[in-house]
Amino acid sequence: MRVELDEPKCVAAGQCVMASPEVFDQRDDDGVAILLEEHPDESLLDGVREAVAICPAAALRLVEQ
Amino acid sequence: MSGAASGEATSDEAASDEAASGPMSRVVVVGASAAGLAAVETLRREGYEGAISLVGDEPHAPYDRPPLSKQILSGEWNPKRLPLRPYADLDALGLDLRLGAAATGLDTADRTVLLADGERVAYDGLIVATGVRPRRLPGEGPQHVLRTVDDALALRHRLGAGRRLAVVGAGFLGAEAAAVAAGLGARVTLIEPAPVPLAHAVGAEVGDVLSRAHLEHGVDLRTGVAVAEVTEGGVRLADGTLIEAEDVLVAIGSHPNTEWLADSGLTVGDGLVCDAYCAAGPGVYGAGDVARWYNPLFGTEMRIEHRTHAAEQGMAAARNLLHPGEGKPFAPVPYFWSDQYDMRIQAYGYLRGHDEVAVVEGELARRRFVAVYRTGDRVTGVLAVGMPPKAIRRWRQSIATGSTWEETVPAAESA
Repeated sequence: MRVELDEPKCVAAGQCVMASPEVFDQRDDDGVAILLEEHPDESLLDGVREAVAICPAAALRLVEQ
Repeated sequence: MSGAASGEATSDEAASDEAASGPMSRVVVVGASAAGLAAVETLRREGYEGAISLVGDEPHAPYDRPPLSKQILSGEWNPKRLPLRPYADLDALGLDLRLGAAATGLDTADRTVLLADGERVAYDGLIVATGVRPRRLPGEGPQHVLRTVDDALALRHRLGAGRRLAVVGAGFLGAEAAAVAAGLGARVTLIEPAPVPLAHAVGAEVGDVLSRAHLEHGVDLRTGVAVAEVTEGGVRLADGTLIEAEDVLVAIGSHPNTEWLADSGLTVGDGLVCDAYCAAGPGVYGAGDVARWYNPLFGTEMRIEHRTHAAEQGMAAARNLLHPGEGKPFAPVPYFWSDQYDMRIQAYGYLRGHDEVAVVEGELARRRFVAVYRTGDRVTGVLAVGMPPKAIRRWRQSIATGSTWEETVPAAESA
């Protein structure tokens, strides 16, 4: 599975970091999300799915490969 | 949350529910925006394989609303960027998608939803996510509102250099629209009945510094002004003054869309009334702007019109509908953000009805600060402007864990 972040859409809410801190972080200056793991381990996928679902900008997507 | 005895009891209850009514095979979600979409995605993610009807009154597939008063109104974005999911992702959910179909009635005895075209859709489980619609003002003149993509595009086409726009209501929506219109060169009058904009939401001190940004950007902000009606020529104030404008945007709050539930037997009172599990009746759950529910974290009923909340509650309602015996109380820390001029405002918690505000970092006057809110003896909210994410997230944590003001705030103030 691959995580896609549409950075210009990100509104810096940080909801992804709370749902999945292993996979996401935020830039210090403007809070825009940073993708730490483009191909997260299977064990992290529940958190990533949660992050995709609650992202208030629909800026995240989990893509089957 | 667990414990062997209670765990057994709940699974027994769930089993007997299932024995009484059979397994759930037809779920109807009414409302095809953020909350409804989150609900249907959660149903599938949780392994539910039965039928799902997603019913929406707008003709559009689920799309995002926060950009309407920001990037869509400014023209920065093409509306093609608004859909919440690519078509393929929506298709993969295997939905009976009914767009342009308003729900007009609910028969809870018969478990059917009545649609405007006369069709009846049967359900075992129902999620109500019909949202809100804008309040309007009296008067014969044309009024813009800002709720749908069509509303936003209609207003967008009227804005431009030298055009006069009157915005009634300096809440977050009105303030964002005024900021965008001013940025496009429009001559904007922002009319607010309260003495200080946003005071009821964020407190007078914070509301005052935020509203100063309007003055600095050439917006004619008029506070403490009662509005009588919208006329052909603009906005008529209660004292008879006419604020002339080619266009009038009314941003004075919203009504929950609950009329279709009137004869359902469900309890309606400023929203669909739900319990701490988002349940409104047998097999019926509420989510998003329309749902008033008891939030155990704050010990109070609330109805929240924020984008993030819609998704969170849609997910919670879907989970509790699927697993009624092991449902979890929905106890979120609400979050919202607002973009005005060069400001990014972010807030966590429940700020309404607070007793005290303290600035714990930065400076109010420079519009770069963290303000925390006390209700009773608890930290119940935080609002930040222009601060790094970590500065606000630790306060969210204090709110989520129910920290007392005493143990958290004096330490921060003296640091």
